[in-house]
Amino acid sequence: MAQRWGLPVVAWPMRLRPNFWDLVALPLVIGLIAVIAWASQQMSVPYTGGQQIEISLDPWKLPEYGLRTVMRMGIALVVSLIFSLAYAAAAAKSRRAEKLLIPVLDILQSVPILGFLSITVTGFIALFPGSLLGYECAAIFAIFTSQAWNMTFSLYQSFLGVPQDLREAARMYHMSPWASFWQLEVPYAIPQLVWNMMMSMSGGWFFVVASEAITVADQNTTLPGIGSYIALASKEGDIKAVGYAILAMLAFILIYDQLLFRPLLAWSQRFKVEAITEGEGERAWFLTMLQRAGFFQLIAWIGDTVADFFSRAAKAAQPYQEKPQKPPNPLTPWIDRAWVAVLAVLAIYLVYWIFSFVEGEIGLAEIGHVFLLALATFCRVTVLIALASIIWVPIGVWIGLRPPIAHRAQPIVQFLAAFPANLFFPPVVLAIKTFHLNVEIWLSVLMILGTQWYILFNVIAGALALPTDYQYVAGNFGVTRWLWWRRLILPGIFPAYVTGAITASGGAWNASIVSEVAQWGDDKFVATGIGAYIAEWTGTSDTPRIVLGVAMLSLFVLTFNRLFWRRLYTLAEERLRLD
Amino acid sequence: MNNQQPLLATKEVCKTYRTADRAGRLVLDHIDFALKEGEIVAILGKSGSGKSTFLRVLAGLTPQTAGSVTYRGTPVVAPVRGVAMVFQTFALFPWLTVLGNVELGLEAQGVPRDERRTRAIAAIDLIGLDGYESAYPKELSGGMRQRVGFARALVVNPDVLLLDEPFSALDVLTAETLRGDFADLWTARRVPTKGVVFVSHNIEEAVEMSDRVIVFSSDPGRIRAELPVPLARPRDHGTAAFRQIVDEVYTQITTQPGREPGKRGTPTQAIGIAYRLLPASIQQLMALLDTLMAAPFGGRADLPHLAQELSLSADDLFPLIETLQLMGLAQVGGGDIEATAAGRALAEADMLKRKQLFAEHLLRTVPLIAHIRRVLDERPGHTAPSARFLSELEDHLSEEDAREVFETVVNWARYAELFAYDYDSGVLSLENP
Repeated sequence: MAQRWGLPVVAWPMRLRPNFWDLVALPLVIGLIAVIAWASQQMSVPYTGGQQIEISLDPWKLPEYGLRTVMRMGIALVVSLIFSLAYAAAAAKSRRAEKLLIPVLDILQSVPILGFLSITVTGFIALFPGSLLGYECAAIFAIFTSQAWNMTFSLYQSFLGVPQDLREAARMYHMSPWASFWQLEVPYAIPQLVWNMMMSMSGGWFFVVASEAITVADQNTTLPGIGSYIALASKEGDIKAVGYAILAMLAFILIYDQLLFRPLLAWSQRFKVEAITEGEGERAWFLTMLQRAGFFQLIAWIGDTVADFFSRAAKAAQPYQEKPQKPPNPLTPWIDRAWVAVLAVLAIYLVYWIFSFVEGEIGLAEIGHVFLLALATFCRVTVLIALASIIWVPIGVWIGLRPPIAHRAQPIVQFLAAFPANLFFPPVVLAIKTFHLNVEIWLSVLMILGTQWYILFNVIAGALALPTDYQYVAGNFGVTRWLWWRRLILPGIFPAYVTGAITASGGAWNASIVSEVAQWGDDKFVATGIGAYIAEWTGTSDTPRIVLGVAMLSLFVLTFNRLFWRRLYTLAEERLRLD
Repeated sequence: MNNQQPLLATKEVCKTYRTADRAGRLVLDHIDFALKEGEIVAILGKSGSGKSTFLRVLAGLTPQTAGSVTYRGTPVVAPVRGVAMVFQTFALFPWLTVLGNVELGLEAQGVPRDERRTRAIAAIDLIGLDGYESAYPKELSGGMRQRVGFARALVVNPDVLLLDEPFSALDVLTAETLRGDFADLWTARRVPTKGVVFVSHNIEEAVEMSDRVIVFSSDPGRIRAELPVPLARPRDHGTAAFRQIVDEVYTQITTQPGREPGKRGTPTQAIGIAYRLLPASIQQLMALLDTLMAAPFGGRADLPHLAQELSLSADDLFPLIETLQLMGLAQVGGGDIEATAAGRALAEADMLKRKQLFAEHLLRTVPLIAHIRRVLDERPGHTAPSARFLSELEDHLSEEDAREVFETVVNWARYAELFAYDYDSGVLSLENP
């Protein structure tokens, strides 16, 4: 056994010695701690409602605003992570909890993000009276709602998908449920989770402008942040300030990308069950630093030792014993049925409650009107998705069939998807004003601006995955033009396209609140639609009308998803999967 | 071996899976089994004989419906310490290195870190993986991965090792090497393991490895026969004694239940609509029949020989043989297979005639096909939804089995042009597209 001591696994003294990477690591760590300390102090300054927080358009204030915004997003991401782990674990482990949690999640997902903000904000403010913290919490909560749901769904699905043989191995080798959660289920879910975290983050950036402007009882509070800066710039019609904001946001997205997502992506590769293909050997300098710097190695080593000590102490305190399985309870099916009945009654009561709450204030006529508004938005979303598909599918296929270009294009498209489309709002609004364009049509463009990239991105991935053999066959038999599209390309990329279109459609619905109303200087443009309706009443805090709007929008999204997208998805999964 | 208490034992173990009509499908039927110290027991059976389920019951991974499982006299209700398992699919954690995977079981037992490392490295050396400690499973070949699987099992010093078709995911050469290495460790007593239960579908592999072969019958899984393998190790596949045992196992596996082995000529036993047909491919059926009729066999063959000639494993061969028997195209007995007159006629026919004959045999011998055809004939539009027949099947079979039987039937009927099936709409019809 003596020669074994040369192995890297036991050669820790060398590993823990300071090296070149420490020169980068230490300033970063100290800087990070300082920023967190500063920002958390800023977050909890005394504040009472109605008091005006001065937002300056001075570009030199942008780094400060940016840091505040980034802090909010970071906190929201952490909260989302904790929430989604707990929620998904509960849904995946308990059959009864699943029956409640999954439909609720489905509904939560379809509720427009700003709906949450306007409904919950008073509660947060009451939580921290006399402090800005309540408002900060409301903003963070709004960002959280734009991030948490798809992370939760991804985790839930991953938990259900853990291969049976790995589960059996975990049981066979006596891993406790706690250990197998952290060592089997969570690692298995990580690649998908990281990907969804990136998507969530882009969602968060998109709503940053809206989430930093909080309206309670006709009093506007704008929290210092990059979103408020953009809002003010739009309000004052300052195109130069918008330009600065774009630059600053670009920088902050890049920093997030370099410091968080590149390393996470590279690191998550190892959790993939199948052999690595795409993005193989992808290195991230930040991850390399984390892995190499002696400072982090030391921390990891200390953490490891402490964890080992505690886990052994726990084992010693509670010696091993066989846990007998419980005999099956004959009452189980009856308890299940009772549980379903309770849930059904609860759901019916809730619907009744919302209806009576809304109906007391608003007449049936207005409810009908809101339905028509939702229909208008529905038409807009449908047409936009169709248009975006016509534009991006051919381009995506063209890129995807050329792997060298595709590999260079993918990070750019990813970046575009993360880039908040509302930064393009001012130019579009300016154009509408200058050329006297039709508001109903041209404001719609804003809805799709941010989410169209999901179509492009997925189509590229789909075309890239199309086996070259098929293309050879098509070439061999002279299948060209329209036949080539119909018989080879469209069926081949269909599953990937559907995935992208679902995301894009959901995003467009969500964006309707932000994009059906736009302001530039003193000019305000309003399009007809449910989004404008919600946005308008949010401005005046008319709760029944907000609830009505949000409920109607959710209803539309849910129905549309169930009747259309989910069926399309099943079809794609069953019929057109390549493997 | 003088210790009277068995390592692992089962008494009247039954296992039922629930089906749609709650009647339940019996997969294991009153199994009495004992693993004595110092022996390797192989469990053989056709696919669907419940042999893997039985291993999981032994392991404490799946609870039995009735009966008892004991490990050294104490009941097994969950995975017990002292029993380790090697999986067909390796079941390695892809995010852990070889070392991490091997340490897994020790970590769960609360073994201190340094001791863990020493023991894991010792196990890795033992199984011939030195140098690969820091590799991730996806960097390794199948054979190397399964070595990690063995190291992970051996490092916890198990009393009993359960092997679930550990070599079947590997290519022939790799499987042979790994099998040999494990046999060497076992004969040289370099592992603390006192008994091995080994599920396999490869008859020669089972005879080579074990001291005792247990043959399971299918539907429900029962112990059909027990054959001792009193050969000295290492065993040579070519010796007469070895061949004789292999022949015996073939005989046992291919004998229909309720019939005396060695007697041929019994008529095909009547089966019901929901009979669990085995998924036999038409191409392979025809190839088997052709090979059987051709030289050197000329209509009659020794099963092990035939398997070798076709390079089919037992798992691939048995569904074919059973289907041929079912359709009255061949008879099996005493480890031999012989084509019937109908089988000979089919083999000699040209392509069109083959389809025609095949259709006749199907209608005559497979009640489900006759049933579907009758329904389609009677209906005015000559169409019927597949769901109708599937739900009939699900009254007796699990959802998965029902689907498999249905797919098999559609496959055969398509070849025989008895009826058509449209995948998109799920409609069966008499139309011929």
